[in-house]
Amino acid sequence: MNVHEYQGKEILRKYGVATPRGIPAFSVDEAVAAAEELGGNVWVVKAQIHAGGRGKGGGVKVAKSLDEVREFSDAILGMQLVTHQTGPEGKEVKRLYIEEGADIADELYIGALVDRETQKVVLMCSSEGGMDIETVAEETPEKILKIFIDPSEGLDRAEAEDVCGKIGIPASAVAEGADFLNGLYEAFVGSDASLAEINPLVVTGDNRVVALDAKFNIDSNALFRQPEIMEYRDLDEEDADEIEASKWGLSYISLDGNIGCLVNGAGLAMATMDIIKLYGGEPANFLDVGGGATKEQVTEAFKIMLKNSNVEGILVNIFGGIMRCDVIAEGVVAAAKEVGLNVPLVVRLEGTNVEKGRQILDDSDVKLQTATTMADAAEKIAAAVKA
Amino acid sequence: MSILINKDTRIVTQGITGNTGEFHTTNCLDYAFGKECFVAGVTPGKEGQEVQGVPVYNTVKDAKEKHGVNASVIYVPPRFAAAAIDEAVDAELDLVICITEGIPVADMIKTRDRMRKMNSKTVLVGPNCPGVITPEEVKIGIMPGYIHKKGSIGVVSRSGTLTYEAVHQLTQLGLGQSTCVGIGGDPVNGLKHKDVLKMFNDDPETEAVVMCGEIGGTDEEECAAWIKENMTKPVVGFIAGITAPPGKRMGHAGAIISGGQGTAQSKIDALEDAGVHVTLNPSEMGSTLKKAIG
Repeated sequence: MNVHEYQGKEILRKYGVATPRGIPAFSVDEAVAAAEELGGNVWVVKAQIHAGGRGKGGGVKVAKSLDEVREFSDAILGMQLVTHQTGPEGKEVKRLYIEEGADIADELYIGALVDRETQKVVLMCSSEGGMDIETVAEETPEKILKIFIDPSEGLDRAEAEDVCGKIGIPASAVAEGADFLNGLYEAFVGSDASLAEINPLVVTGDNRVVALDAKFNIDSNALFRQPEIMEYRDLDEEDADEIEASKWGLSYISLDGNIGCLVNGAGLAMATMDIIKLYGGEPANFLDVGGGATKEQVTEAFKIMLKNSNVEGILVNIFGGIMRCDVIAEGVVAAAKEVGLNVPLVVRLEGTNVEKGRQILDDSDVKLQTATTMADAAEKIAAAVKA
Repeated sequence: MSILINKDTRIVTQGITGNTGEFHTTNCLDYAFGKECFVAGVTPGKEGQEVQGVPVYNTVKDAKEKHGVNASVIYVPPRFAAAAIDEAVDAELDLVICITEGIPVADMIKTRDRMRKMNSKTVLVGPNCPGVITPEEVKIGIMPGYIHKKGSIGVVSRSGTLTYEAVHQLTQLGLGQSTCVGIGGDPVNGLKHKDVLKMFNDDPETEAVVMCGEIGGTDEEECAAWIKENMTKPVVGFIAGITAPPGKRMGHAGAIISGGQGTAQSKIDALEDAGVHVTLNPSEMGSTLKKAIG
């Protein structure tokens, strides 16, 4: 689950990590009131959407008067903000964050994530703040220093101070920098994060170390013990179809193609997308109905796939193990009738009770083609959609 | 021979009194030597009960003392599953297979760290995996037993149904399997592709291996590096997710391309460079293997 920047900063503050003062706002008037409350004479008006690159897209503006706060808030609130992470259609800005201006002397980068190889949390630290870290990793990997953290010992203080010095934190602020890293690590663990990224981390003119941005992804498997973070969930930022699918225990992700696919198991679902492409089609979605799908789930899966107006054909690929093919076949027939299916349908069943399943499909009056192998299925649906 | 499990393995089911634990233990009891192999169950507070004729104990340690179990399979709900692994590790079992999906990553980091610091000899498979099967001997997990056939092909995979697909193709071509290992779809887990490949390489009965990988992490790349230097048997590879968009989690917690890492293409390139027979067509895993062994 993703959270907004201002929510990420709330998490950071809870663990003693320094951030600029700021107040979230949901209207222009609230934004101006927030600026007044913060005081001072420079404010930053920041669009709050779940995507990076907001500054480049025009979603972050520095205001030097309350009138400018009003002007920029009015422009940003409600805009379709397009960044490299939103796709070309962009995302509507519904929330703002008004922050006090910071006196920036240097911009650095700190990210925390789980390193799968060592099975530890790693802090990635770099002098190259404010840039796309993937570009830094590719072009100048030597500028990223890593601290692997022992889960039972926590962050090693000496190592943290050493790395802080190496990424350009001035000697007088190195202790504060190490505190920052420690706080970030504790925030990461305490919030069950899967990613916590501070880009940039800034050193101010008076040598303070402050998180100017905050990006947190939270491990969905741990939300049961993070009730406060659950409150942060913003459904406006999530795909409506993906939310609907998750209510039915379906894992759905929409893609750009025209062939919908319904599969049991995540690995087989990806392999099915891949084979559609291999036979000249384009998958319209990833959809895993899980290990024990019911007739109702299959019907909902059809409905969700067909909401996508690009879908010109559907491929069902089920390898029945625990899930019996006859049950799936009944589900497919019922779903096709209920939704009034009017695009080509290819069904490939294999595994437990496959003969019974195929018989049900053959006996039904639903217009469909059956297939024996994945290749056969992919070829048939690609041809049907092209026809 | 086989790897990890055979008809002499003695197994305790952790979480046997739950619906999932009971359902799958019943199926495993009915498969080949299941009735000799599945000797005990554990659910705290339910000692003295029986599930399908299998006696239930409060702790893994008790089950081990009474029945000499050397392996466990875990169907415990996600929030208690890491503690169940810890318990099996403390009982010094040889093998723990964790089927449970949805364990918080932070819990697995602690459990794996604990195992390392104890120098534990216990081998962990999973979590979030279908389990392990040595065909016609013993099945530990949720896979459909009947699609398997005894033979000499090793299978290792991060996915469930994609493994069944590979196994089915092999069996249809008359190619039986030595052992099939589902290592699971989570980012922090026990055995990796590389570890299983080593075991297959050392197993005299395994002639060749099919490995199914997927996007996310660098497990397959590390495995490729090991294969290049050490593997003496033919390996066929398939990597799922060449059409998966970056930054999106494709069902499995571990199946995500992030920061340009973990793409299908980088895995395919690494495996091809290591001499693995990579197929881009998931319908041709079996036939590619048949060709590879001539």
